[in-house]
Amino acid sequence: MVEDPKELKYTKDHEWARRAEPDAQRLVIGIPRHAGESLGDVVYVELPKVGSELKAGQPFGAVESTKAVSELFAPISGKVVRVNEALAASPHTVNEDPYGQGWMVEVEPAEPGAYEALLDVEAYRQLIAQ
Amino acid sequence: MARQTPLVEAHRAAGGRMVDFAGWELPVQYESVVAEHEAVRAAAGLFDVSHMGEIEFSGPGALDAVNGLISNDLDRCADGQALYAGLLNDEGGFVDDVVVYRFSPQRILLCVNASNREKDFAWMCERFPDIRPRQRSDDFAQLALQGPASAAILQRLTSSSLSALGNYRFTEGEVAKVPCLISRTGYTGEDGFELYCSPGAALSLWNALLEEGRAEGLKPAGLGARDSLRTEVKYPLYGQDIDAVHTPLEAGLSWAVKLDKERFVGKAALQAQKERGPQRKWVGFELTESGVPRHGYPVLAPSGSEGSGGSGAQRVGEVTSGTFGPAVQRPIGMAYVPVALAREGTPLQIEIRGRAVAAQVVKTPFWRRKA
Repeated sequence: MVEDPKELKYTKDHEWARRAEPDAQRLVIGIPRHAGESLGDVVYVELPKVGSELKAGQPFGAVESTKAVSELFAPISGKVVRVNEALAASPHTVNEDPYGQGWMVEVEPAEPGAYEALLDVEAYRQLIAQ
Repeated sequence: MARQTPLVEAHRAAGGRMVDFAGWELPVQYESVVAEHEAVRAAAGLFDVSHMGEIEFSGPGALDAVNGLISNDLDRCADGQALYAGLLNDEGGFVDDVVVYRFSPQRILLCVNASNREKDFAWMCERFPDIRPRQRSDDFAQLALQGPASAAILQRLTSSSLSALGNYRFTEGEVAKVPCLISRTGYTGEDGFELYCSPGAALSLWNALLEEGRAEGLKPAGLGARDSLRTEVKYPLYGQDIDAVHTPLEAGLSWAVKLDKERFVGKAALQAQKERGPQRKWVGFELTESGVPRHGYPVLAPSGSEGSGGSGAQRVGEVTSGTFGPAVQRPIGMAYVPVALAREGTPLQIEIRGRAVAAQVVKTPFWRRKA
């Protein structure tokens, strides 16, 4: 079982965000282990194009399993600068390595402070324990 | 409060993710829908289908009564044979789709969908006030053992000869010392068996089968795999693919309709529809772009195509079932479309979250079992 990493931030809509490398102003976004597990085997990930604008709280893509579809909600507003193209060929990576190779998009945030306002791991754990 | 099968504790202990299905608490999956799907295609899977209902007709006139209710013909069946049929309304639409077991002309058992068991029973009583069927749904648990390794696994647990039991034949015998109706039927497109037993014996049968099949790769399988497996072979799901307003002729199930039979409920409507020709047809399609089609998504005729009326893309139907097929490795689905758009190769579009995704009508079933 993979623990939810402490250094990441989370949202009530079940996304995680972390600072990108080397440019720490940018954020990488994915979905937590718990979200992938409740969805089941991921068979398709629909992601936005590089250059598109995300709006905090609004859907920007979708994750589909054999049995259900779940929309992705943007943790923060900003511009997509990189998309994980590898998920097209191996969507199951979202289940297998949710915090590593299963990342989804990299975003240039519109507001620098938005990241700090997201949930920390404890708050997220409490949320999914409910 | 959802109803529970005798196996509810076993499902929870095996890590089953329990959901409400047609008022029943059942596992949608244990570890993974894809792994369970693959187990059934490659080896075997075991499903708890105890939620299915059973209704029995017995006594003189049983065969005639049932034959007057179903679209297929029990007279062309031998004792010990099972028959897929539509239970139709006067308009030729489906009240339910059923498997009918002919023990003898005096004893007929129908296996009906869980969601329809009370409705079907009431409807049969209303149609035949003199022959009273018996609601036997609570007398049976049902396990489905499905996949190419099923026969070998089951044969080691029973003295009934399975090589003598053809497709859609059944027999009564013991499996792991549990008295069962052993039926060579299923809902996955694989060789397999459906075992009806008393609810009190279900757990012991379940455990014996799982133990016996473990070396061959038998896995318990949930509703998720059941749905993706049946979708790959285009078996209809009542309430989604077939319902009171769609007829078996539209659904491509005319093989289960015997219009030369003297009478059955819905016959006149089907005869008329056959003469005019059905206006719509239930087809299989696959996406030619990426995405996953789902129940309820709009189906469009691309602009400029035959069905679009010349202008822009036009809505011509909706997806009845769709998924990403784990064995065919493609996004697949079914829909009712106007006959002009039903030919193989016809381009369609599926509207997925506001985006028109290219699809085309393909030959079905999407997946065929290995010979």
